[in-house]
Amino acid sequence: MGILEFLKGAARQVVTGGKAYKAWVAVLVGMMVIGLVGYANQWQGGLIATNMRDQVTWAFYIGNFTFLVGVAAAAVLLVVPAYVYHWKPIKEVVVLGELLAISALTMCLTFILVDMGRPDRLTHIMPGPGNPNWPDSMLSWDALVLNLYLMLNLVVVVHILYRAYRGQDYAKWFVVPLVLFSIPAAVGIHTVTAFLYAGMAARPYWNAGILAPKFIASAFCSGPAVMIILFQILRKTTAIEIKDEAIQKVAELMAYAMFFNLFLLGAEIFKEYYSHTEHLLYTQYLWQGIGTHKALVPYAWFSLACSVTAFLIFVTPAGRKNWTTLNIGAVLIFSGVYIEKGMGLVIPGMTPDTLGEIYEYQPSATEWMVAVGVFGMGGLVFTTLVNVAVPIMMGTLRAKGASTVPMGAEATH
Amino acid sequence: MSQHDRLPIVQDAAEGCEAAAPPSRRDFLRTAAAGAVIAAVSGCKPDAVVEELQRRHLTELSKDRLQEMLGKLEKKWSAEYGKDVKVGLRPPMPGVNFAYGLDLSRCIGCRRCVYACVKENNQSRKNPQIQWIRVLQMDKERGVSLEHATPYYNPEKVPEPGHFYMPVQCQQCRHPPCTKVCPVKATWKEPDGIVVIDYDWCIGCRCCTAACPYGARKFNWAEPKLPAAEMNPVTDYLGNRPRPMGVVEKCTFCLQRTRTGRYPACVEICPVGARKFGNLLDPESEIRQVMDRKRVFVFKEELATEPQFYYFYAT
Ligand code: SF4
Ligand code: SF4
Repeated sequence: MGILEFLKGAARQVVTGGKAYKAWVAVLVGMMVIGLVGYANQWQGGLIATNMRDQVTWAFYIGNFTFLVGVAAAAVLLVVPAYVYHWKPIKEVVVLGELLAISALTMCLTFILVDMGRPDRLTHIMPGPGNPNWPDSMLSWDALVLNLYLMLNLVVVVHILYRAYRGQDYAKWFVVPLVLFSIPAAVGIHTVTAFLYAGMAARPYWNAGILAPKFIASAFCSGPAVMIILFQILRKTTAIEIKDEAIQKVAELMAYAMFFNLFLLGAEIFKEYYSHTEHLLYTQYLWQGIGTHKALVPYAWFSLACSVTAFLIFVTPAGRKNWTTLNIGAVLIFSGVYIEKGMGLVIPGMTPDTLGEIYEYQPSATEWMVAVGVFGMGGLVFTTLVNVAVPIMMGTLRAKGASTVPMGAEATH
Repeated sequence: MSQHDRLPIVQDAAEGCEAAAPPSRRDFLRTAAAGAVIAAVSGCKPDAVVEELQRRHLTELSKDRLQEMLGKLEKKWSAEYGKDVKVGLRPPMPGVNFAYGLDLSRCIGCRRCVYACVKENNQSRKNPQIQWIRVLQMDKERGVSLEHATPYYNPEKVPEPGHFYMPVQCQQCRHPPCTKVCPVKATWKEPDGIVVIDYDWCIGCRCCTAACPYGARKFNWAEPKLPAAEMNPVTDYLGNRPRPMGVVEKCTFCLQRTRTGRYPACVEICPVGARKFGNLLDPESEIRQVMDRKRVFVFKEELATEPQFYYFYAT
């Protein structure tokens, strides 16, 4: 009964918004249409519509997937500093972080789906109708943990918002353990994703113990970058109060994470170039190219430049305090990690291939279209969720007769 | 041509949708919900989707179900290729463990094995072109070095001076990384040493392709093109039967032949006798003779995949 009314209220809220909101939603829907056109093309002719081939058998889709797992993980990890530093709108941070995680996970799962040769056989990976290869296959684990993590976030968010909608505080005994559990789970999803690569002895570029820590470090850069920008938008457009210090603290943490990320990168580059074994080729393909094959080189250096600049901005207090440089830094860090974790991770792992052949991969038009569509979908999920969650948190969207105290105000813990 | 021009074809040309038998009502209800979702994604008619959903892993199918399934495939392909197609599912022979030997000093790089394999095993001829054997041309000066190898050599005459040739195909590893990573157990190692794939269970995630150190696994990037006239009708379900789009395939030591005591097609065709094959458990077999008399090695030994495919230099 109550749930139904809650869903109706939420649905009404989804289509409620100002001009800017509606225009933004229209853009996102437009992106999804582009994606559908691309995917229809791929569905009809097969994955030959992409530029992946047997030499480079995973590419842009899987790169995006990997990057987004990081976003999903790190958004929730922001809960830790929120607790440690006693940020005021802690529940808002939790809710927004989880909403971002939900949208990132939707995108992750969609990217896996569009990469599959036989999406119609999706059930084969589910326990019950299918035959998941536990404990051996990392992908079967990844599918499991990503879905569990998605559920976890959905349950917590829906519970908090539903209670708030009815003017009640959330059930602490229920939410606190789940939020605490979602912290190791966030690290877990990203570790399993790293293991997907790191476990492959056939691909020396991935087959390194450093991969999982590197994934976590870079995730701590990209996830919070989105949050920083989001916080600023929200406090301009809504009544949510987010203190400057909180935002700047996030930026500071990102600087440390980026330092660690760059350090690990340096350690890897040293190892490869100094020992100069046959494994150097992959690293060389990324940073210098091999012979005339240099497709990735500009991306690699651009990504490094972004990351270093962002690090310098965030590590200096003046850079963090100035909103312009702060936002530039957030965009830079996001782009830097996007390239590093996407194309920069997947493609050199497969170039040259296991028999030494160099196939220069660049995403095809279809791949771009599908990726645009998936991001549009994720953006739409996130936008609408935030659009519903914020008024509930602020007490403006309530069940009839429920108390309209804003969510942060009713408790003092 | 814009992609819009091609869009209308998408919904209509969903091949394979017609072939499915109508499901019973109860079966339909059981899987209807999931079916609807997939049908929405696929544009396929729900009955074909339901059939796909009702499919269980090969190891869970009863004998009758298996027979029924093979019979259906025979009928479907006999009609499609206009010949009497047989689809067997021959179990491994007891007391047999296959191994392969390849004499690098004899191979002349003529690629006859590649073409014989394509013919025997019904590989897609073009777009996508699929070949289970890759012959690498290497420099004599450098020895076996992948960095200086190429599969794209096309001279008038082979062998070319200064070069030697190294054919690579599935090595039927004793510790196959490809089967370990498969999320749905669509690929596994059989007791006679052959690593097989159930093409009707594979989800096309290509984890195995990424994990295989020998580039042995090939993906059907598009609908395979197998001309009816050239189709080999003597097939095995886990071997050379026609494959659908979107799944992975690879060398199976010609199990449709070798499990009946014949040689693989590549061994038969090789004009210089560079290819040896046999049962490791039989001391008289050709492969054991090679191993006794020559010194063999395996490719990428450092990865501990322990191939059942040995290279040697006879002279
Ligand atoms: S060669 Fe590749 S495909 Fe064949 S068994 Fe080994 S890992 Fe698997
Ligand atoms: S592509 Fe097929 S056989 Fe290979 S890992 Fe994926 S499901 Fe298994």
